Amino acid sequence: MDILITGLLLGGTYALIAMGLNLQYGMARIMNLANGEMLVAGGFAAFWFWTAGQLSPFLTVFLVFPVAFALNWLVYQVFLRPLVKRAKSRGQLEVDAILTTFGLSFVSVGLMLAFFGGDYFSYSYLSVPVHLFGSTWGANRVAAFGAAVVICGALWLWLSYSRAGMTIRAIAVAPDSARLVGIDVRKMAALAFALGGAVTASGGALISTFLTLDASTGVMFTLKALVIVIMGGVGEVRGTIVAALLLGLLETFVATVIDPGLTLAAAYLLFVVILLFRPQGLFGKRPT
Amino acid sequence: MKRRTFAQLAAFALAAGLAGPAFAQDTLKVGAVAPKTGPLAGGANVSYWPNVKLWVEDVNARGGLSVGGKQMKLEVIEYDDQTNPGETIKAVQRLAEQDKADIILPPYSTGLNLASAPIYARYGIPMITSTATTDKAEELSKQFPNVFISLGGAQGIAKGVVEAMSQLKDKGEIGNKIAMVNVADAFGIELAGVAKPAFLAAGFQIVYETSYPLGSQDLSPVMKAAKAAAPDAFVAFSYPADTFALTEQAIVEDLQVGAFYTAVGTAFPGYGARFGAAINGVLGVGGVHADGEAFKAYAARHEAVTGAKPDYWASAMVYSTFQVLEQSIEAVGLDRAAITAHIKANSFDTVIGPLAFDANNNNPSFWTVGQWQGGVFKGVASTGREGAVPVEKKSAWK
Amino acid sequence: MSLTATDWRNLSLSALALLAAACLPWVVGNYHLTIGVTIAMYAVLATSWALFSGPTHYISLATAAFFGVGAYVTGIGLQHLPYWVLLPLAGLIGAVMAALVGLATLRLSGVYFVIFTLGLAEFVRQIITWGQNVSGTKGLYVLTSITERDIYWQLLGLAALVWALGWLIGRSRLGFALRIIGDDETVAKHSGINTARAKILLFMVPGAVAAITGAVLAPRYVYIEPALAFTPMLSFQVVIMALLGGTGRLWGPLVGVIPFTFLWEAISISFPNQTTLLLGVAFLLIVYFLPRGFVGLIEDARRRMGSEGAR
Repeated sequence: MDILITGLLLGGTYALIAMGLNLQYGMARIMNLANGEMLVAGGFAAFWFWTAGQLSPFLTVFLVFPVAFALNWLVYQVFLRPLVKRAKSRGQLEVDAILTTFGLSFVSVGLMLAFFGGDYFSYSYLSVPVHLFGSTWGANRVAAFGAAVVICGALWLWLSYSRAGMTIRAIAVAPDSARLVGIDVRKMAALAFALGGAVTASGGALISTFLTLDASTGVMFTLKALVIVIMGGVGEVRGTIVAALLLGLLETFVATVIDPGLTLAAAYLLFVVILLFRPQGLFGKRPT
Repeated sequence: MKRRTFAQLAAFALAAGLAGPAFAQDTLKVGAVAPKTGPLAGGANVSYWPNVKLWVEDVNARGGLSVGGKQMKLEVIEYDDQTNPGETIKAVQRLAEQDKADIILPPYSTGLNLASAPIYARYGIPMITSTATTDKAEELSKQFPNVFISLGGAQGIAKGVVEAMSQLKDKGEIGNKIAMVNVADAFGIELAGVAKPAFLAAGFQIVYETSYPLGSQDLSPVMKAAKAAAPDAFVAFSYPADTFALTEQAIVEDLQVGAFYTAVGTAFPGYGARFGAAINGVLGVGGVHADGEAFKAYAARHEAVTGAKPDYWASAMVYSTFQVLEQSIEAVGLDRAAITAHIKANSFDTVIGPLAFDANNNNPSFWTVGQWQGGVFKGVASTGREGAVPVEKKSAWK
Repeated sequence: MSLTATDWRNLSLSALALLAAACLPWVVGNYHLTIGVTIAMYAVLATSWALFSGPTHYISLATAAFFGVGAYVTGIGLQHLPYWVLLPLAGLIGAVMAALVGLATLRLSGVYFVIFTLGLAEFVRQIITWGQNVSGTKGLYVLTSITERDIYWQLLGLAALVWALGWLIGRSRLGFALRIIGDDETVAKHSGINTARAKILLFMVPGAVAAITGAVLAPRYVYIEPALAFTPMLSFQVVIMALLGGTGRLWGPLVGVIPFTFLWEAISISFPNQTTLLLGVAFLLIVYFLPRGFVGLIEDARRRMGSEGAR
């Protein structure tokens, strides 16, 4: 039981880390290596508002979300659209996107260093125990999990049932055909990219309540998010959620039952095994 | 901290040309290489960079270094090695050959210090490391006679923890059951390896023992398992991010122990700021003579100049090694071999108190354990430092 | 296999260039030698990377995995074996590892391969860290008398080997097969090429070379710990440099590595506080204004000169 709940809580954290990248990579076709920096920036905003004005991170999210949305929309328009335009094939775009977003991640680290300095930033928020099912958990983790459920649920509903959501899924599945039925692919891709960035930054604000971050830690989160997104299947919201929870459960299981020293090794082993048996990810569709 | 501008350079060249070689130079170039980005940037930005700034300000404020009867101001050249040993090596070479730096400060962290040690040795630059912990001082000083180790090694640090715990045990304040965890990285592995037999020899029983990978996002399984083993004391050889995480989990789980020890990061002022009164009585690696006038004055200046408080371990040590260099240069001038010989032969008065090196270029007396007492992290155990306060039992988290 | 006059000319020119490069330690000071080592290291890594990734279009981020393993081979092996045995041993281990990875990743394509190789590097790093913890060994000290100069020459030798190998592969049936795979894998399969075997064989080259490079560089780092030996940045840097140069030509990565190293150096020197920021900006500029890498730039210039000459 302990393992289950701890694992689910960790899985919720992972979902927050990976969901934004899934939108950016799955829908907008940009493998964004600067995703982790957006997460750290969100965390920094939460830190700053908390230390300066005692503003709860759960309120800061409502500020971070639109700002990050606008910022990512701009990034897409300025940096990534020219690449999409000139790319002759998906492979070409992938290479260009890797190079560009790698550069962007350097730029963001540099900007954060210049503005915030390189110190660790950490603060205490809701680090009080919550008693559930006869054991104790950190309230901030539980709250972040709740937020993850809300965010992922809302995204899933929106993508599945709203018209805009369906349009976005259409460009993910078949960008060329989408154009034929009158969808403005460029606008939608920009929207998906911006939304992904906003979700990532909000996730960063939420997880900063219990993780210690500094300007240079972004790349760690990018790596983790990539693994989760690929594991779940690119462009699949459900896949990302399941993969995040699975990873959380596995890591907790290994840490509790086998040896905490092997948690990350087990995580990557799971990733490798999943790819071997389902190269398209858990929920991904086989390329036709 | 601006590097020389073109105008300055031109003026300098002009002055040199007009005044002739006798007055060719009235500033000394000080080179510093350490991470500003990369995995170790967080630590370097707390313990290393502010001290470079402070030291140069301090020296310049009193008119500069006196070299051969002449006052010379310091001018810093800073490089970011991105926590990459290849870059550290390159930057040190660049400082020595291209920038012709008169003084080159040691880099940050064990790995980067050791990677660049051969370069310092080749140029004969005195390298008083302040952020490297190693037990290989003897071998290192044989191969690199100009390298000095001041922060101590795993042996001393682990022994300090065991001693502090033993004191509590002997006073009857804790039992003999210990939960010990470590981060699976060179530092944590080394300390755990030394500490385990020492704990056993001191009559402790290790009821829970494990390691976790660097970069773990959730340490609650570790803390839950440690709590389930019902220890009397908890010891973690941890790095900053996990030090914060373990402490938070201990508060959440309400781990009831009479002694709680975490390693790197415990001495950071940010640790105290984050957890407030809850961490009263928490033990950690390092420590300073917090009530000593020298440290108090240093801390005040540190905050005034850099805008941040120093940490209670490496910060003062970093600054002290700069002072050793400063005093040696004032004594013997800029000749590198002479400086090295002077450092070997003398004892220096620094912000952490007297500092002297043994036959293996090792500083034998360093702080090993500190404890948060009333909002200040005070040294409680050392290998021969003045000013230790008695170790106290950890009170409840709230 | 017969050599044409052009081949002979290219070969002897390359040999001369290598000889000239080998004289570097006598000509320049230590600082420039250090830059030489950096260039040689990335040239070796990027060229061998491009040998596989150029024709197959598979972006591998496993360089750090092989590099780290090689460094550990030296670190651990130095106490038991003579140094000269360690380099081939590292190469062998790297090649075997690469073959295993190749076998496992046959079914993957595109981005899955990218992330898989990235995951592999982390996986190996975690296993080694854990192994160290269990066995109680700490960070490894590699105290040797090997100098920067020795390392430089070893890397140069390795580079010569990689170029020779690349040249031979380019002329062989394997190279021909790979070009077809790169153009269209389905066509390649239908024309009877064992695509799997070709890809695995080729992937063993960067694996072995990166491992040897790690083994050669270990004495330079003096102290090895997983966080430094397996840094993911290395994998990314190699990819970026190779792509900047251009993977279509054997010498492509080299013309990426050299300017990039100097650019990196110039930025580090002039803007120590904004190094990361400006590197990022430089990166973006290169991607937007040099989409085909330096090779593209050079070939454009050549064509222009050629057409002017004809006029």
